[in-house]
Amino acid sequence: MLGFISSRIIQALAVMLAMSMLVFLGVFAIGNPIDVMLAPDATQDIRAQAIAFYGFDRPIWEQYLRFLGRLLQGDLGSSFVYNIPVMQLILSRLPATLELTLIAVISATLIGVPLGMYAGYRPDAPLSRFIMAFSVLGFSVPTFWIGLVLILTFAVTLGWLPAGGRGETATVFGLEWSFLTADGWKFLLLPALNLALFKLSMMIRLARSGTREIMLSDTVKFARAAGISEWGVLRHHVLRLILVPIVTVFGLEFGSTLAFAVVTETIFSWPGLGKLIIESIGSLDRPVMVAYLVLVALLFITINLLVDLAYAALDPRIRRGRNA
Amino acid sequence: MSAPLLEVRDLVTHFFTRAGVVKAVDGISFTLNPGEVMGLVGESGSGKSITGFSLLGLVDAPGRIVAGSVKLNGQELVGLPQAELRRIRGKTMSMVFQDPAMTLNPVLTVRRQMRLALAAHERMSDAAATARCVDVLSRVGIPDAARRLDSYPHEFSGGMRQRVALAIALLHRPAVIVADEPTTALDVSIQAQILAEMKDLVRDSGTALIWISHDLATVSSLAGKMAVMYAGRMVETGPTGTVLSAPRHHYTRGLLDSLPSQAEPGQDLRQIPGSTPSLLGLPPGCPFASRCPAGTATCAQVSPEITWEGGRGFRCHHPLVEALA
Amino acid sequence: MTLNPNLRRFFSEFAENKVALVAAIIVLAIVLLALLAPLVAPQDPYDLASLTLRDARRPPGYVGTQGYTHLLGTDAQGRDLLSAILYGLRISLQMGLVAGAIAFALGATIGTTAAYLGGRVEAVLMRVVDLQLSFPAILLAFVLAALLGQGRWPLTAALVAAQYAYFARTAHGAAVAERQKDYVEAALSTPLPGRTVVLRHILPNCMAPLLVVGTVQVASAISLEATLSFLGVGLPPTEPSLGMLISNGFQYMLSGRYWISIYPGVALIVLIIAINLVGDQIRDQLNPRLRR
Repeated sequence: MLGFISSRIIQALAVMLAMSMLVFLGVFAIGNPIDVMLAPDATQDIRAQAIAFYGFDRPIWEQYLRFLGRLLQGDLGSSFVYNIPVMQLILSRLPATLELTLIAVISATLIGVPLGMYAGYRPDAPLSRFIMAFSVLGFSVPTFWIGLVLILTFAVTLGWLPAGGRGETATVFGLEWSFLTADGWKFLLLPALNLALFKLSMMIRLARSGTREIMLSDTVKFARAAGISEWGVLRHHVLRLILVPIVTVFGLEFGSTLAFAVVTETIFSWPGLGKLIIESIGSLDRPVMVAYLVLVALLFITINLLVDLAYAALDPRIRRGRNA
Repeated sequence: MSAPLLEVRDLVTHFFTRAGVVKAVDGISFTLNPGEVMGLVGESGSGKSITGFSLLGLVDAPGRIVAGSVKLNGQELVGLPQAELRRIRGKTMSMVFQDPAMTLNPVLTVRRQMRLALAAHERMSDAAATARCVDVLSRVGIPDAARRLDSYPHEFSGGMRQRVALAIALLHRPAVIVADEPTTALDVSIQAQILAEMKDLVRDSGTALIWISHDLATVSSLAGKMAVMYAGRMVETGPTGTVLSAPRHHYTRGLLDSLPSQAEPGQDLRQIPGSTPSLLGLPPGCPFASRCPAGTATCAQVSPEITWEGGRGFRCHHPLVEALA
Repeated sequence: MTLNPNLRRFFSEFAENKVALVAAIIVLAIVLLALLAPLVAPQDPYDLASLTLRDARRPPGYVGTQGYTHLLGTDAQGRDLLSAILYGLRISLQMGLVAGAIAFALGATIGTTAAYLGGRVEAVLMRVVDLQLSFPAILLAFVLAALLGQGRWPLTAALVAAQYAYFARTAHGAAVAERQKDYVEAALSTPLPGRTVVLRHILPNCMAPLLVVGTVQVASAISLEATLSFLGVGLPPTEPSLGMLISNGFQYMLSGRYWISIYPGVALIVLIIAINLVGDQIRDQLNPRLRR
């Protein structure tokens, strides 16, 4: 087990290094940030000064090494636009995205798995058909479109909930959180719903197809033959068996939901990381883009690692296989 | 004489598929007394497994028992609500399946799976449950049972896994066990071991056993009586010794002739010509007619009723004469 | 033309599911409408000369200065929305199909080659694919589209990069299962070149799962394209796909002029849902474990 963990960590570090390189090189391909930072009528002198100050005159590999060195110290440079350290900027936006994503993914799982299991257990029941129709809808309709419809319905037409923004926050551990205030929830509800619908459909499908296949398996037949009740079969055998793919998807989806938050945050003007990256791409705020991508890559690799470990903990066969 | 432990009369199970009605089990009758072993023989697709599932009320949709009766200790099981069937399953009548790798839940420990099976019928303390599990596991021949209780199925060998499955089926000391090809997936040497242990178990506990198999050898070594199934119907039944030594149905004869032991070295094995008919839209007559050496126009038109002679029965218009066989 | 019996059974089984049948008809109808857009659309939405601001942001049913009724209203430039949607569908479908086809070819090649070659090549290729699969497609497409700039080919490249991995994984899974079967072993032991074995034996047997993934991926490519265009990193304004039409209307939605966003959106989701329903039915039919 220990060997498995350490080999996975080394692998993760290697991937991280490759990612940082790709991100750095990739971002270099975008325009010339100096043009954005300086007024069009800036003199050659000022230009040269700025280029030297930001290190744009150095060879790319040297810029990369300097970048990597600073990265290791947690120094990701300063935003060209906001003129504050990127780290500080990102940390100030992270809680908003994190709470939005967490609420979306957790509620999608808690609601989606039981619904999916029911639909898989009773594939021909009317309620199952309704659940599946709903999931096709949630799966097919692009997130941005659902966002628009939610705004049109609940904000414009009914006027029940605000169309965007974050509302009142409470400060805990020096970070601002919306879910601790009633007003915050009002602002949180629509974007969280928007973000959750796709994941909900995904969880429903996953739980349904898993349940459907397992219900036909000999494991279930044997459990029934032992007199275990249908509820017991679902609760102890089926749920335990579909848990492995669900935990995997939960982890992976948590990462992709962070990415999807870009869309939701743009529509609902939610001041999180996603909105920040859209703005920084628009304004060619290179350090912010690099930092965002490195951060997302880091989150991803960490999540993958955790999922692998959870996988091993849940499926004894894997634990054995990888150990051997 | 008191009523038999298990009495099955004219059991019919159909599958209502899109393509039509599949008559998977079409008129099976037999009785079983405590401690008796009956072999149920047939090719794959002959309906022997579905017969087993029908007894426990475990036929999956789109299948359904459409006629007949299954009486266990005098209680009618056909038509009983699932909740009551559940109380019988695993307690009075239990079942083991062909492939233990598929039946045991791979992500639960043996202890957990046995606990779930115990809890289905009895509330008991952890200590008592553990004691019962260890006891049953040792009875089916698992060494060091107390320690193996926390292992996962994949940590056992194939034979040991089947013993675990058997132990789960035996937890509540059922009166009847339906064993659906339980040794087919195992090595021959392990098969022999399990077979010997099954014999002992049946003798010691008085459990009746229905041994479903396509292997005449295991049936002859284990079962006191047997039934041969073909295309969902029971074509011949009787004491194992007489059925095998003097079959009355041409299909049973064909099965025996195709055994390797019947052939001279270097000689080709004899086969029954043709292949099993599709259970979808069977012809009106005897399903074996087209492959039967004695098949006539009557056979193709009229389905033979079962003829009873002493302890045995057969469904054939032109049965083999006993002396000839 | 005579259909082979398997194919005929496939179609008749497909037709049994009324929902899927209707979906298939809708997909065909939309494809036809998009193909014939220049003939059926009341207006050429790219012909700036025919637009006047006097017709801008008119509600559905408004009779414009050109003398015909704008059934779905007009947008901010005075464009007939129905025409804009028909032309937008054309662009969206093109993007989805082209990206889907390239991703299909690329992914199938990588997946089957990896399965055929095995060993280290397989390990490295599939590790990359897995890594990419774990990375959200939308983010990848988003970053690439932002890096490569606006335009058809940059966007296609972004969509392909985001999607080929699904095909590669599916093809690889099917090909590995296929490779272990006896007849492929047998074919491999003959002096046939490896390419022939892959093309004749392995690939045809991976087609079923690949087609299922293909339908879903075309739908998701269309959705992804719309999302990127909505966010402003997709197609340039000169090629208004459905995503851009929706994005253009977004600002007017809050003031009650819903139709500029809503109708293109309805067209988009009807298309995507219909494709997904068709894909679902094909998947259910091809899954042997769910067959009855």
